[in-house]
Parts: sequence; C-alpha cells; structure tokens
Amino acid sequence: MKYNFAYLDEDTKKEIRRKVLKAIAIPGHQIPFASRVMPLAKGFGTGALQITLSLLKKEDVVKVIDQGRDDSLNPLNIKRLIKKTAPGVELTEDTARATIIQTRHRIPEEKLRKHQILVLQCPFPEPLRWVEKSEAKTRKMHAEMDYSKAYLYIYEQLLRYGEILIGTRYPVMVNNRYLMDSTPIPRWDIPKLNYADCVFLFGAGREKRIYAVPPYTKVEPLEFEDHKFRTEDMSNKRCALCGSENVYLDEIIRDNGEKYYVCSDSNFCEKIRKGIKVERWENVIRS
Amino acid sequence: MGFVAVKVEPEKIEKAERLLKEKVKEVAEEQIKKLTFSVDKVMSEAGLYSEELAAGAIKQSMGDLLEATFLLRAFKNTLRRIDYTEPVDGKEMRVIRRISSAFKDIPGGQILGPSKDYSLRLITFDEPEEVPKEDFKLSYTSKFDGKLPKVREFIKDYLSIKKTKDNGAFCDITKEPVTFPNPPRSAVLQCLSMGEEGALVMLAYSSLRGYGAVHPTILELRQGYLPLIIKHPLTGKKVKVGEVRATECEVIWQENNKLKVGYGLVLGFNERKAIAMATLDLCLQAKDDTPTSDEEFVLYHIDGVDAMGFVEHLKLPHYIFFASIFDRIKKLQEEKKDEI
Repeated sequence: MKYNFAYLDEDTKKEIRRKVLKAIAIPGHQIPFASRVMPLAKGFGTGALQITLSLLKKEDVVKVIDQGRDDSLNPLNIKRLIKKTAPGVELTEDTARATIIQTRHRIPEEKLRKHQILVLQCPFPEPLRWVEKSEAKTRKMHAEMDYSKAYLYIYEQLLRYGEILIGTRYPVMVNNRYLMDSTPIPRWDIPKLNYADCVFLFGAGREKRIYAVPPYTKVEPLEFEDHKFRTEDMSNKRCALCGSENVYLDEIIRDNGEKYYVCSDSNFCEKIRKGIKVERWENVIRS
Repeated sequence: MGFVAVKVEPEKIEKAERLLKEKVKEVAEEQIKKLTFSVDKVMSEAGLYSEELAAGAIKQSMGDLLEATFLLRAFKNTLRRIDYTEPVDGKEMRVIRRISSAFKDIPGGQILGPSKDYSLRLITFDEPEEVPKEDFKLSYTSKFDGKLPKVREFIKDYLSIKKTKDNGAFCDITKEPVTFPNPPRSAVLQCLSMGEEGALVMLAYSSLRGYGAVHPTILELRQGYLPLIIKHPLTGKKVKVGEVRATECEVIWQENNKLKVGYGLVLGFNERKAIAMATLDLCLQAKDDTPTSDEEFVLYHIDGVDAMGFVEHLKLPHYIFFASIFDRIKKLQEEKKDEI
C-alpha cells in the first residue's frame, strides 16, 4: 500500500481546490466542503492541512508555523506528514522563500508577497457564533447581511467596560459584504489582512468550511467612529534576543519569576539577528 | 422459546452470562492492566483506585468500559471507608508531563513526557521498536527537584478567585446526596471527576463550539503521581502511604478585568477528561442561560453508571406501562371514528 502524493486522493484535492476558488470568488463567505479525516486530531489544523495538501505541487516550498514558530511540536509534526507523503516538496523556515505557509494563530511579521499563499488554521469559521449559536440562523443573518447583533455585542461591552473585550478571533468585514472570523490571530495581525498582495485561505476541518480573502481586498475590523479598533499594546517592550520593537512579543517567565519578551515570529527574529533585511507590512495600526 | 417473560427458570440468566464469558476466558488480566488508558478510565469513573480490580472488571465485561465501571463501583460500595487522606496540593505531584498553552515558557519548563498529541494517526502494521533507556529519564531543571511550581502562582494578581461559602466543609458524594440549588463546591468537583469521560467531553465541546459562553486556555496541565497522606491513627503525624496516578488541569477564561480559573482533577491519566472537567467547572461558575451552566443539567447527566442504567432499563419488560398508553391511543382513535 502506498499513499497518494500529498496524502489526499486526487478527487478530494479537486473538490477542495474548487471550493477554494469559490471562496476566493466570494471574499469572506464560508464555503462548505466534505472535510476528510486526517491523521491528526481535529483542532490541530486538519482544515488548513487539507487546503495545503490539495494545493501542493512538487515545486512548492512549504513553511508551517504555530504561534509564529517553525520549530514547535505542531508544525514539526505537520511537516513530518508532508515529508512522508509529499516527497520532493521543499520545507523551509524562511518566510520569503515559501510559496505556501500554513499557520496557526499568526501572520508573519515579514510582508507576504504576490506569489505567496497563507493558509490559516481555523477553529471557528462563524464570526456570529459569539451572538448566535444556531447555524441555520447565522446563515440567514449572513444572507440578509444582518450584522446588528455583532455590533450590539461590542457596543454592550463598550457600555459596560469602556473597552471592546474581544482578544482574538476579532470579527472583520470583508469587501463591505461578509462578516468574517479572523481566526485566533492576535489583533496585531488584523490590519495585515487589508489590501494585501498575498492570498489568505482559511480552513476549518471540524466545522467543514473554507473561506478566503483574495489579494487587494478591503478588510475592516468591527469598530465605531468614536471607538476605534486597537491592537495589543506592544509599546515600550523589545525582544530580548534581537532587540526589535514594534513586533508581536511573547511574554516569558523565568524560573525566578522575572518576565522578559521575545519575538513570537521565530524566523523574523532570526533574520534580524543575522542582519538580514526584512520587509515589514505597511499600514499597520499601532495600539 | 423466545424472550418470554411469563416465567423464566434462573438457569436461563446463567446461560446468557456463560455465552458472553466463554470468549474472554483466555485473556490475561496482567495484559489488560497494561492498557493504562482503559484501566484509568474505569478507575476514575468508578472512583476506586485499583488496577487489579479494574483489569478484572474489564475482562469480565469483555471490554465494555461502562460495564466495567459499573462492576468496580458496585464493589466499592461493599467496602468500608477506613479514612480520608489529607488534602493534597497539585504542586506535590511527582510530574511526568506538564504543559501550558497560555505561556511559551514556564518556570520549570514545558515537559512533553509521554503523549499522543503529536502522533500521526496512521495505523502501524510493523512490530513496535525497542525504546532506548534514556527516553524514560526526565529532564527536570534541578532547581525544582521534581516538584514543579504551579503556573498560576506567576499570574496570581490577575486571577479572580472567590472563597466558597463551604468554609472548608467537605461533602462526600458517595455518602451524602447532592442537593440543588447550589451544591457545595466539593460535591460539584466530585461529580465532575467521577463523570463519564464521553459525557464531559461532549458537554465541554458544546460550550467551546458556541452553545456555552466558555472557550478557555489551558494555564497548566500536568500528569504524574500524587502522594496519599493520612494522619497516623496513633501518633497523629502525617504519613505518606502511597501514590496514585492523576491528571490535573487548570484553565483560564476572561471575566471582566480578571481571569477566572476552572479546575479539573481526575484519577489516572486522562487529559481530555481533566480539560473537559476544568472547562465545565468554568461553565458552571458562569451561571448564564446556556445548557452547560445549568448545574442540574450537567451534574445529573454526566454520571455514566446512572445514564447507562437508565437507558438500558428500557430493555426491561414494560407491558403494563405500554398497555396503559396503548389503551389511551385506541380510545382516541375510536372517538375519532365516531366523529366521522
């Protein structure tokens, strides 16, 4: 017995590629797909992995990250599967070299370009799940573009606490039409979705949904004129390894209880330390 | 002769049992004992820690783990409770695995230990490889000498922890009934800890997915051995009398300007149950109008032995009950005919 190139059979790949095209044609709209059982536990990135594997060609260069890191267990494991079932495909940690980047919870600090596809692992494709638990009802709300409950949700938070409390999975409006769950990326990464050069694909395996943000598409976080969206506060902090400021930092507690910060994006941090020039995203809102 | 409940000789029941027993005659209990996760599930849901008895129960039930739990729990109820151990802090655990999903690095380090989390789920047809001896060694940082601090200690200023009204009073649910509303916290945690794994996982999942308000982060999850300490009956001094395998989990969820903590502790190695328990503990504290915040809904229905018993009782004869309902339906149809 031998596995097909990139694990999935060709019919499955075809279905997923067609659904991806449909998702790109209707930015932010969730497209149902059959979703196969993958050899990873659901919730570990099975949706994004199905997209990644369906798009793979022998000449592709793949990068996999989790929380910004290339070398933690989940990406190593996913790369192990790609290596095993898609021989010939190059694996890299270099953000700029990759043609396909599968990610969990981060968009790299380095600006992504035209030829690149970022595949985001998505636990909850439905942005209205915060306010409505029934799928039948949320589908209708999308069809009617009835997003009043979502605005009310953040408005109530403003009234009660004076702040919007949504940390990650920040809802964004795509192409003035669909409200979209941005996946558990930090708010820091939200502005990168707006008018980007690259393609963003979102795969939710357990929930069986694919959606996309095509290049040069307007993506706006939910906000009010008098209370704007804010990213996490990274001011007055710098990476203890590369010294970078204005990057998304992880807080680390030493054995003696002291705190320090390091870049969450391991490849970015490494490049800065090596003195390699890195192109950053423009148009990034600071907290 | 079919299944006729008019009159049955007692031998019939024995014959039904014999038909099942025959198949597992050759299975050795020693082998079953090595199936740690099955044994631990049964011990945890039965609330009795004995690998030998659990393995025997699994054999006797032909691998039906709920049935094995039932056997073990029934046996437990024939035993006298000799004593209660002293309360033990999870900090005292001899840890073999410990992770935090909230922080990248934690004092004492992330310890992957034995885990299936990152296994490729490919069925292996090959013979298992020899495991190198050094794989069994643990890499603690020497500073902590095997006893790792709890991650919560490092963010305690941000945690919202309320004292319970129980004042340390302890309710043993195997001896006292759980009453509603507001059962004591010790009773809630025992119900959850002895609950059926599948039921806990399903309810926690429903909350994560949107039918509840809680989608927490794992502050710390640890597996290892907890000491059993009792007061010596003569000297009154605390003495360690043994250890049990256990899994402990603390999860956090935002509540206003603080983080609320959910707590899970289960006998044996069962991480998904410990995580589900901690999540449900948070759900129950939330007291909103979601199913998982309804303490009666959750606590009445998660007990596997209760649930299987009542679902399976439907197989008992219900002739009288049914005849009575049937009588009403016949009557209604007759009346309808009369109307026409």
